[in-house]
Amino acid sequence: MPPVPLIDREFRTVSYVSGPLIFVERPKGVSFGETARITLPDGEVRNGQVLDVSRDLAVVQVFEGTSGVDNKATSVRFTGQSPCIDVSLDMLGRVFSGVGRPRDGRPEIIPEDTVDISGMPINPYARDKPSDFIQTGMSAIDGLNTLVRGQKLPIFSGSGLPANKLAAQIARQARVLGREESFAVVFVAMGITHKEASYFMNEFERTGALERVVFFQNLADDPTIERIATPRCALSVAEFLAYTHHLHVLVILTDMTNYCEALREISTAREEVPGRRGYPGYMYTDLASIYERAGRIKGTTGSITQIPILTMPDDDITHPVPDLTGYITEGQIVLSRDLYRRGADPPIDVLPCLSRLMNLGIGPGKTREDHRNVADQLYASYAYGRDLRRLVAIVGEEALTELDKVYLSFADDFEKKFVTQGTANRSIEETLTIGWDLLAKLPEDELKRIKLEYIRKYHPRYRAG
Amino acid sequence: MIQGTISRISGPVVIAEGMRGSKMYDVVNVGNLDLPGEIIRLEGDWAVVQVYEDTTGLSIGEPVKNTEQPLSVELGPGLISSIFDGVQRPLPELAKKSGSFISRGISAPGLPREKEWDFEPAVTEGTQVNGGEILGSVREFHFTHHILVPPGVTGTVKKIRKGRFRVTDTICELDSGTGLTMLQRWPVRKGRPYVKKLDPSVPLVTGQRIFDCLFPLTKGGTAMIPGGFGTGKTVSEQTLAKWADAQVIIYIGCGERGNEMTDVLSEFPELVDPRTGLPLIQRTILIANTSNMPVAAREASIYTGITMAEYYRDMGYDVALMADSTSRWGEALREVSGRLEEMPGEEGYPAYLATRLAAFYERAGRVICLGPEGRTGSVTIVGAVSPPGGDFSEPITQNTLRIAGTFWALDTNLAYRRHFPSVNWIKSYSLYLDSVEEWFSEMMAGNWRDLRDKTMYLLQKEVELQEIVQLVGPDALPESEKAILEVTRMIREDFLQQSAYSDTDSFCPLDKQFWMLATIISYYEAAEEAMNRGVSLKQISSLPLRAEIARMKEIGEVGQIRQLADRVKAQIAALEVEH
Repeated sequence: MPPVPLIDREFRTVSYVSGPLIFVERPKGVSFGETARITLPDGEVRNGQVLDVSRDLAVVQVFEGTSGVDNKATSVRFTGQSPCIDVSLDMLGRVFSGVGRPRDGRPEIIPEDTVDISGMPINPYARDKPSDFIQTGMSAIDGLNTLVRGQKLPIFSGSGLPANKLAAQIARQARVLGREESFAVVFVAMGITHKEASYFMNEFERTGALERVVFFQNLADDPTIERIATPRCALSVAEFLAYTHHLHVLVILTDMTNYCEALREISTAREEVPGRRGYPGYMYTDLASIYERAGRIKGTTGSITQIPILTMPDDDITHPVPDLTGYITEGQIVLSRDLYRRGADPPIDVLPCLSRLMNLGIGPGKTREDHRNVADQLYASYAYGRDLRRLVAIVGEEALTELDKVYLSFADDFEKKFVTQGTANRSIEETLTIGWDLLAKLPEDELKRIKLEYIRKYHPRYRAG
Repeated sequence: MIQGTISRISGPVVIAEGMRGSKMYDVVNVGNLDLPGEIIRLEGDWAVVQVYEDTTGLSIGEPVKNTEQPLSVELGPGLISSIFDGVQRPLPELAKKSGSFISRGISAPGLPREKEWDFEPAVTEGTQVNGGEILGSVREFHFTHHILVPPGVTGTVKKIRKGRFRVTDTICELDSGTGLTMLQRWPVRKGRPYVKKLDPSVPLVTGQRIFDCLFPLTKGGTAMIPGGFGTGKTVSEQTLAKWADAQVIIYIGCGERGNEMTDVLSEFPELVDPRTGLPLIQRTILIANTSNMPVAAREASIYTGITMAEYYRDMGYDVALMADSTSRWGEALREVSGRLEEMPGEEGYPAYLATRLAAFYERAGRVICLGPEGRTGSVTIVGAVSPPGGDFSEPITQNTLRIAGTFWALDTNLAYRRHFPSVNWIKSYSLYLDSVEEWFSEMMAGNWRDLRDKTMYLLQKEVELQEIVQLVGPDALPESEKAILEVTRMIREDFLQQSAYSDTDSFCPLDKQFWMLATIISYYEAAEEAMNRGVSLKQISSLPLRAEIARMKEIGEVGQIRQLADRVKAQIAALEVEH
C-alpha cells in the first residue's frame, strides 16, 4: 500500500448513484481497491471500496447501502488503505457485525494486529496435506464421506431442511481422535434471520462452547453489500487464530446463497455482462477466494476447516451457487427433501455426497483398514436398492427376483439405521459395525467391493463364530 | 523503452496511455511494484494490459514500462520435478521469499541459476549446425536432456566446452559470434517449429481398462474429459499423469484446488513408474495456478505448459500434458473479455473462444523434429472440462468436442453409485480406433478390435434391454437376453470399474486388460452356444465362475487369467441339457 498522500483526498463530486454503487468524478490519486469513508448530508458516515477507477471516474461500492446519498453534499474521503480488520485472540466469545464491529454491547477489542481482509493466496507448495480424520459422530459423514482437517466440505440444503441442526451437531461433536487440542469456531451468518442466528447462539451457549466461538452476524435485515466483506473478515480472523495462535479453526459459513445474491446485486449495478442466471461470470473466482482459504500450512500447527452451508434454490443442484461451490470445495453433503419426508434424521442423501479427501483420513491407524471397502460396498448396494425402488413403482414388488427383494429392504434399512441417528454421537467403530450388520443381510458373494480377508475378519458371521 | 502511465484499473485489467509503438502481447511492468502484465489490445495511444498479479493498490498515473518482449518461458535443464505458477515462477522460491502466502511483486527465475550440470558435447568444433540440432546433453534425473540449437539459429561451431556449467554459462560459440547457453527462451503463445506432423498411430497406454480397451488415445492425440463436479475429472487426470506411458508429464492445475496440488506434490515422489521403477516426480513438471491465484496468470498457464511440452518433444520424447481444467482457463478469458467490454458470444464467452481452444489443442501431435536425425516426438493433450451443471451443451464442451480426438464423457449417475472411472460408455468415443488397430494386432495375441466391438455391441444392447425391463420387469425377457444382462453386468463391474486407489488394480497392464475382457466375452460366447444346445441360463449361472471372474482384478499373474478364460469355455461347454 502506498503511503497516504498529503493532498486532500476528499471529494464532493458524486455524480451518479445506482444501487449499491456511487460514481465519483475526477478522483485524483485514488488507487484500486482502497476503502472510502462516505459522509452523508446528515452527517452519517458509511464505508465503501473502490471497484473501478479511471482518470474521470471512480466506482465505489457502499457496504451499508446508498439510501440517503445525494449527488451534491455527500463527500467521499479515500483512506489509502485496502479493507482491513483488527484481530485479537480476545475475539473468542464475542459477537461482531458483518464488518467486524462489536455487536454484543461490549467494548471494542484491543487489536493485536490489523490484517487485510482479502488475504493472500496460500502458496500451493506451502500447503500441508490434510490427513487428520475428524470424527463428527454422524455415520453418513464419518462412514461414507469422511471430513478431514483442512478440508472445505459444504452442506447443500433446501429451504426448510434442517441444515442448521446438522451444522450445530457437527460443531458440537467434531473431534480428532486420541488428541486434546485447542480449537475455535468462527461462525459467519450472512443474510440469515434473527431466529436462525439465535438458534446457533443458544446451541453454543447450551453446550458451553460459546467462549470458543467468534460470531459474525450480517442478518437478513442488515445491509446486503456488507455481506461481500463478511466472509472475508471472518476468514481473516480465522487465519489469525490458526496461524498465529495455532488453533484448529472450524469456520461455518451460512448461507452462501445470500452471499452470491449480494455479488449479483453489485454486478448488475455495474452493468456487467451477466453469466448464468444473472450471476457474474467471475463468481467462480470470487467464491474460490473464500473457499480456498481453508487448509493447513507446513510448519504451523493450526488449520482451517470450512463447512459452508448453502440453500439450493428449488432444490436444484445444478443452480450456479451449488454448482460453482461443488467445483471448488472438496466434496459436498447433500440434504434431500425426499428423505426428510421419509423421516430420515439427518436427511442426508448419500448418493450425491462426496468427500474428496476421504482417503487421506481413513484406513489403518486412522480409522480402520476395511473402511474404504465397506464404504464402497454400502454405496454400491444402496444405489442398486434405490434403482429397484423406481422399478417397483412401475412393475410391482412381485416382479422382482429374491435377490432384488433383499436389496430393496437393504436400501430401506440403510436409511433407517445407518443414516438416521437423531442426536446420537456415534464413534467410527459403531458406524462401521452398523454398516457391517446391514451388509450381512446380503449374500456373501455379492460383497464384491470388499477384500476377502476383511470379510473373514469383520463380517458378523465370522465374528460371531 | 516505451513508458506510459495508468489511466484506468478494473480488476485484472489495466489501461495505460502513452504506449504508442507497443506490440500485441508485449510484456509490461505495471505500477511502482512492477507487476508483470501482457498487452492484449492496442487502441491509438492506449494499451490494454492484463496483469498477472492482484492490482489492488495501483493508482492512476503510476508508470507502465514495456519490456518489448513477448511472454516467454525459460527452457533448459532443471524443469523436471519443479512446480511453477502460471507464469513460470517456481513456487518453492516464492515460498522462500515471501513465506506461506504469495505476496505481490516478487519475481524469481524459472530455472535454478546456481545448479551446475555436466555437459557432454555431441558436436565438434568446425561443425555446421542448424536449429534443432543436438549440441550435447546433460543428465536430468534418469534421462538424457539434449541441448538443442535454438530454432532459427545456424552457424559453424567455433568453440564448444565440456564440463560442469550453470544454465546461463556459454557452452558453445558460433562463428557468427552468437554464444549459446543451456537456457533458451521461447514465447509461450507461439508453437515451436518442427519438420512435419505425422498421423498418430501408437496408443498412449494408460493402464486404465476403459481408456485403453474401449476408447484409446494415441501419442500425439488429444482427449477431453468433461464431467460435472464429483465425477472424477481430477482423479482421472491424476491417474493418467501417474500411469500413462510418456517420458515426460506436464500437469497443469489451472484454476483448481490447492489441496489437490498438495496431493500430487506429496504423492508423486513416493509413487513409482511401473515402467522405469523410478519415482514419478522424476518425469513430471507441475504448474499450479489454483483458483484463488490471479486470473490472468491462469490464462497464461496452459501456454506455459504446452511450450515446455514442445521443448521436450523436440528432444524426441513422448510428452503428455494434462490440463485440469480448461473450463477455468475459458472463464479467465471470459473475465478478461468482460472487463474489456467486448461484445459477448455464447454465455458471455468471447467470440474467439473456439479459435483459442483449437489453437491450443492443435499444438498436440506426433512430429518429426527439427534436426538432421529425424527424431520423432509427440505431445498428447488431455484436457478436463467442467461444464456448469454437468450440461454438455455449454460452449467450452461443445467447442472442445469439435477438436478433441477422444471423448471420455464422465457421468454423474455413475459417480453417484461409485462406478469409477465414471466414463459413460455409450456417450464416449475415440476417433483413433482405426489408427491404432494395427499396433494392437501386432502387440496382442488375439484380435483386440473384434473383442472391443463385441463389448460395445453388448453394452449398447444392454441399454435397450434396460428400457424394456423398466417397463415390464426382468421376467419378461427371454433367456438369451437375460444372459446379455448378466454378461454386461460383469463387463461393468468386473472390467470397467477400476479403483484408482487399489494397490493391485490402479494400473492394469495391457495384456491383463486384454485377457480380462477375453474371459468375459468367452463366457458370453460359450453361454450363447450352450443355450442354443438347450442348456438353461440357471445352469450356467450356478457354475462357480462368476465369483472367479469378479476377483480377476486382484490377480497379478496374467497366465492365471488366461487359464480362467480356458476354464470358462471348457466348463460351460461341458454342461449337459437338464430336463
